[in-house]
Amino acid sequence: MPRVVEVTRAREGGPLKLALPRGALWPETLDALDRIGVDTAELRSDSRALVFESGGLSLVTMRPSDVPTYVEAGAADLGITGKDVLLEQPERIVYEVLDLRYGACRMVLAGRTGDTALDEDERRLGGMRIATKYPRIAERHFEETGRRAEVIEVKGSVELAPLSGLADGIVDLVATGRTLAENGLEVREEIATSTARLIANRVSHKLRAAEVDDLVERLRPGGVK
Amino acid sequence: MTHRIPPGTRDVLPAEMRELRRMQGALAEVFERFGYGEVATPTIEYAEALRRGDERYANAAYRFFDERGELLAMRSDMTIPIARLVATRMPDVEPPIRLSYVANAFRAVNPQRGQMREFTQAGVELIGAPAPEGTAEVIEVLSAALDAAGLTRAVVGLGDADLYRQLLAELGVTVDAGNRILDRLAAHDLPGLELAVDEVEDLSAEARATLLALPAMRGGPEVLDRATELGGEAVERATGRLRATYESLAARGVAERVRLDLGLLRDLGYYTGAILEVYDPALGHILGGGGRYDSLLGRFGRELPAVGFALYVERLHVAQAEEERQGRGEAG
Repeated sequence: MPRVVEVTRAREGGPLKLALPRGALWPETLDALDRIGVDTAELRSDSRALVFESGGLSLVTMRPSDVPTYVEAGAADLGITGKDVLLEQPERIVYEVLDLRYGACRMVLAGRTGDTALDEDERRLGGMRIATKYPRIAERHFEETGRRAEVIEVKGSVELAPLSGLADGIVDLVATGRTLAENGLEVREEIATSTARLIANRVSHKLRAAEVDDLVERLRPGGVK
Repeated sequence: MTHRIPPGTRDVLPAEMRELRRMQGALAEVFERFGYGEVATPTIEYAEALRRGDERYANAAYRFFDERGELLAMRSDMTIPIARLVATRMPDVEPPIRLSYVANAFRAVNPQRGQMREFTQAGVELIGAPAPEGTAEVIEVLSAALDAAGLTRAVVGLGDADLYRQLLAELGVTVDAGNRILDRLAAHDLPGLELAVDEVEDLSAEARATLLALPAMRGGPEVLDRATELGGEAVERATGRLRATYESLAARGVAERVRLDLGLLRDLGYYTGAILEVYDPALGHILGGGGRYDSLLGRFGRELPAVGFALYVERLHVAQAEEERQGRGEAG
């Protein structure tokens, strides 16, 4: 059985490696880097490259949900990703060191506007059918609130599920609520709030403590603790 | 024709086995040199014995009934079996008792994470030697073992399991609020820790600052001075314990290998006082851990202070290969 999963590229003495999330958090992540004097011109260009060197940091770009994977294994020393991603992957051992405060959104349970199917499911069938890209968060929410739900994992546009009858409700991330409204859905319950977080590899957090702490302080929003 | 084996287990072929045996031999030789005699215990124990040591069965995941209906468990580490052994088989042996082992242990895994259900641990237990000298001796053995494994850059993180709990008690934080704070600390969630601390009523600004600053304090002996400046009796006591251990380490010539870490926590319930973790710059995962468990032996009927560590042999091997690759200038 291959054991490469545990191997990481050694990097002592080199620049700190920071994993960056492409996607919804991308523009504000670049702004945050600009504010601490890291030149992001190359990252903002249309480059297909995945690895960049800038401002004394090695920057690697990836899907937000991959960031904890790279950071836990030590393939990146630090990473930026959403709290929603961390809540969905609670078994990852990473240090969550800073709330970056941007990228605010809510994890919600939503149903068809004005429709009573969710309540009726619960009353008559003993449980709801819920589609989501966040099955762990959804299952935990129903468990903690003492309810039963059939959680169906989908990968793409989750709004389609209640429109097509796959499920009666969804658990999804909402920023402005526009996508929900456009699809005839409304928020029923708020499950959690999420913002961008800076996370650190457990070993890097110890062995490169001064550099990690320095970056944390520079990225700290408004310098207010 | 392919025949499956369970996820998280593996076969070892001769090329790898030769290297693993060499590694285990080098570690065992160090343990013997420091006077730690090797012992073996059964792979399976009565679950009750593990529970006597740790209410959560020390995370032993594989439990089953034998032919008489007795509940058995695959051991998840060697610390509790050795506590049982010392109380049962060596009741009259004068402490300090020095024991070592190279043994397989078993834990549950999360799927697709590269975690192993069965893995090899090499470690020592020093029973009947209190802090700080007992702790320092074990760290000296650990340091020699890391050298023998070729991991000269490896570092030992040293913290105190009681520090934060005592601090919360001293500040008069209620048990519920304190547990919420400890829960966030154990999850390494600093923004969550800040929220939990802010929920505590009637907390002075200084106390709040201390609770938030301590987990981030790590480094050389200057960390103890910075912590002492924060004030408070619990901080004073814990830093006093760590300082005494550090001084003994310095006298033994191994202090340079040790980084003090006031945010360190380990997930097993039996730790008291000093706790350890082992890191190598070539690997993103910890190589091993340990600490003091001064009340564990008492649960088996022999009140003796104790301290020990366990190294994950397969991870040491991965780190060793990575260090060698770097030595040849192939670092990626």
